Amino acid sequence: MDSQAIATHPDHTHAGHEHPPYLRHHFATVEQQRETSSFGMWLFLLTEIMFFGGMFAAYMIYRNWYYPAFVAGSHQLSIVLGTINTAVLICSSFTMAMGVYSAEMRRKSALVMWLLATIVLGVVFLGIKADEYHEKWEKHHVPGLNFSVQDFVRVNPAYPEDKALPLDMAEKTQVYFSLYFAMTGMHALHMIIGISILIGLVIKAQAGAYTQGHMTTIENFGLYWHFVDIVWIFLFPLLYLISRHQ
Amino acid sequence: MRKLFTTDHRSLGVLYLLLSLAAVATGTLLSLLMRVHRIWPDTPLPLLGLMKPEDYLALVTMHGTLMVFFVLTVAPQNGFASLVLPGQIGARHMAFPRLNAISFWLMALAFTILISAFALPSGAPLSGWASYPPLSAIASAGPGQGTGMDLWLLSIGIFCVAAWLGAVNLLATILGERGAGMTWSRLPLTVWAWLTTSILTLLVFSVLLAAAVLLFSDRHFGSSFFVPLNDVVNGHVVGRGDGSPLLWLHLFWFFGHPEVYIAILPGMGLATSLFANFTRRRVAGYKVMAAMLVAIGGLGLLVWGHHMFVSGMNPYAGTAFALTTMAIAVPSTVEVIGWLSTLWGGGLRLTTPMLFALGFLSFFIAGGLTGPILAQPALDTYLHNTFFVVAHFHLIMAMAGVFSVFAGIYYWFPLMTGRMMNDLLGKLHFWISLIAAYGTFLPMHISGLAGEPRHYERLAGPVVSFSEILPNERGITWSAILLGAAQLLFLWNLFASAKRGERATENPWQATTLEWAPEIPRRRIERGPYEYENGGTESMFRPQWESASKQE
Repeated sequence: MDSQAIATHPDHTHAGHEHPPYLRHHFATVEQQRETSSFGMWLFLLTEIMFFGGMFAAYMIYRNWYYPAFVAGSHQLSIVLGTINTAVLICSSFTMAMGVYSAEMRRKSALVMWLLATIVLGVVFLGIKADEYHEKWEKHHVPGLNFSVQDFVRVNPAYPEDKALPLDMAEKTQVYFSLYFAMTGMHALHMIIGISILIGLVIKAQAGAYTQGHMTTIENFGLYWHFVDIVWIFLFPLLYLISRHQ
Repeated sequence: MRKLFTTDHRSLGVLYLLLSLAAVATGTLLSLLMRVHRIWPDTPLPLLGLMKPEDYLALVTMHGTLMVFFVLTVAPQNGFASLVLPGQIGARHMAFPRLNAISFWLMALAFTILISAFALPSGAPLSGWASYPPLSAIASAGPGQGTGMDLWLLSIGIFCVAAWLGAVNLLATILGERGAGMTWSRLPLTVWAWLTTSILTLLVFSVLLAAAVLLFSDRHFGSSFFVPLNDVVNGHVVGRGDGSPLLWLHLFWFFGHPEVYIAILPGMGLATSLFANFTRRRVAGYKVMAAMLVAIGGLGLLVWGHHMFVSGMNPYAGTAFALTTMAIAVPSTVEVIGWLSTLWGGGLRLTTPMLFALGFLSFFIAGGLTGPILAQPALDTYLHNTFFVVAHFHLIMAMAGVFSVFAGIYYWFPLMTGRMMNDLLGKLHFWISLIAAYGTFLPMHISGLAGEPRHYERLAGPVVSFSEILPNERGITWSAILLGAAQLLFLWNLFASAKRGERATENPWQATTLEWAPEIPRRRIERGPYEYENGGTESMFRPQWESASKQE
């Protein structure tokens, strides 16, 4: 069909002009390409905010309805591991920011080093997360698959002031743990995707792709990584800290 | 193969339109089966045999899903925008051509997955396009609620991602790729509409994806977001941790209502352009018309609760949602008045695209009038889930939306093929469709007022009987069959004209907007989008690609 279309937009050819290899044909200037790509990335992050926003809305509603169950559920999480993981993730944001800076300074080996450090910190985060999930499994706190209300119908020894929950409220801790797994699980999935992309970036950075003036990809990935970090900055207080006010 | 895996925006536009053509053909066939079953529920159909109640529900579900997602989102939002948006803003390409291609292929994949649910032994899902839990959350709740429902969720999940990518591409193109001099007040109103719908897409499809992930987790990982404690389905206790179906309703309709505007706003923008072109007049109140498109989109984000008046939501929230819903009538009325004042005494040139644009306007008014009725919680308590609602949204969303898509296809066909569509066939197609569409959807108001519920497989049963409205229903079915048959004219016209149609001249509609420019303008754009000489002849117009100094 297309070949018969009125030829109003003749294809652009290479004749008679020079441009850097990383400038795609549909952009007029490098500046325009850079601005448009990072605008696109910000828009993508906007949808991500709305995606997590759907789950935060669910959290808000159920916390309001089943407050005692949410307190009891929250008191089962390890605040130490959560804090360590928060620190790990903030450090990884720092290493990522240093990576962007190195790309800007055109230092190839520094860039590769900082990206590798980011990968290591991301893996450490996921390792600690996996350990926490394992503990939940052993304590029978996984709704649907392996759940028991035992821990909630008696007083939690770590929080002696908490009252034991009546059975119907204890059942509702499953809603808390459903949210816990859905939200941290989706966050972990974003981390896994991020680490996979990072591995690709390291390989291309090793070949010198981002240290010759073109660093939009690194910058945009940095935005993604910081976004994932910020999601955790909200998850940590909402899931771990919020009910420790006694 | 190269043509298939293209990143060229025009070819992708055609591919998107072909995808939605496949979807609309399937969806229409399903709706005709439904109509036939409603009036002859005990007659075996050729090939399909006797239809069981669950088969009817599967038809309802698949018809709704196909039409809302794969027709009314894909065609106006992705299809037309890919076809003409870069041209209209003086850009050579989209900002992210590969993202656009990925978006198309994901949508095609989502379509295939959805359709494949029909091939399952247990059949297609039953829970309607809105998929309310617990029906949608429990595999044992119905025949198609096992694998069929999983396929539905997978398909919609993929569609959400595709819609994001498409919208990111459109927004970045509109904001980053406009040609020199293409200021905000020089954008055609279609571009304003795509700007608004892209923002809506980004904001709401992501929430739908979150809801779909949570529902999937309820179905397979034993969480309990949407299923109440001790809920009994088919004699088994299924509820675990006391989730709430109401949460699904909130998340779904936060998407579902803006989705209506994603479907209709591009049509509104296009109709405005066509009214200006075929009356040879400037758009009355261009800035107001653009602002109202954006206002409708903004208000559209705040009204989802009007789908939930009888759901057990707090009545005070119902009042708030009723107020925001009625507020939408204000910008919509401004749009209608703007169109009417453009048309009034304008010496209409009744070409086929113009006829379809006028048809759009007619359905927009006819369907819009019942909107404020349904926005009242007190009235909606009676009308909710009756055919009155079906009539309302089929007029304002389905018919208005589809007529604007037809207008776009007849209008932009020369850009796709270099040929014109046959005018006589087009006009026949219009008049038969218009009459048959009103014949189908206006009497549904009466069925609805008589109390006939949606999603009922037969009208006359042992417990409830609506047999007295059967004559009305017969008329609807015959009208629907006529409406379906009229589309064969369109299909014939489409394929015959693509091969043998009359060759289009340059700028065949004497339009002013840039997609018709003979080449991408190299100089600054210095003109507004609709510089027709008021009351002038065909030749008295100033296209955007001409410079301002070339005055006569």
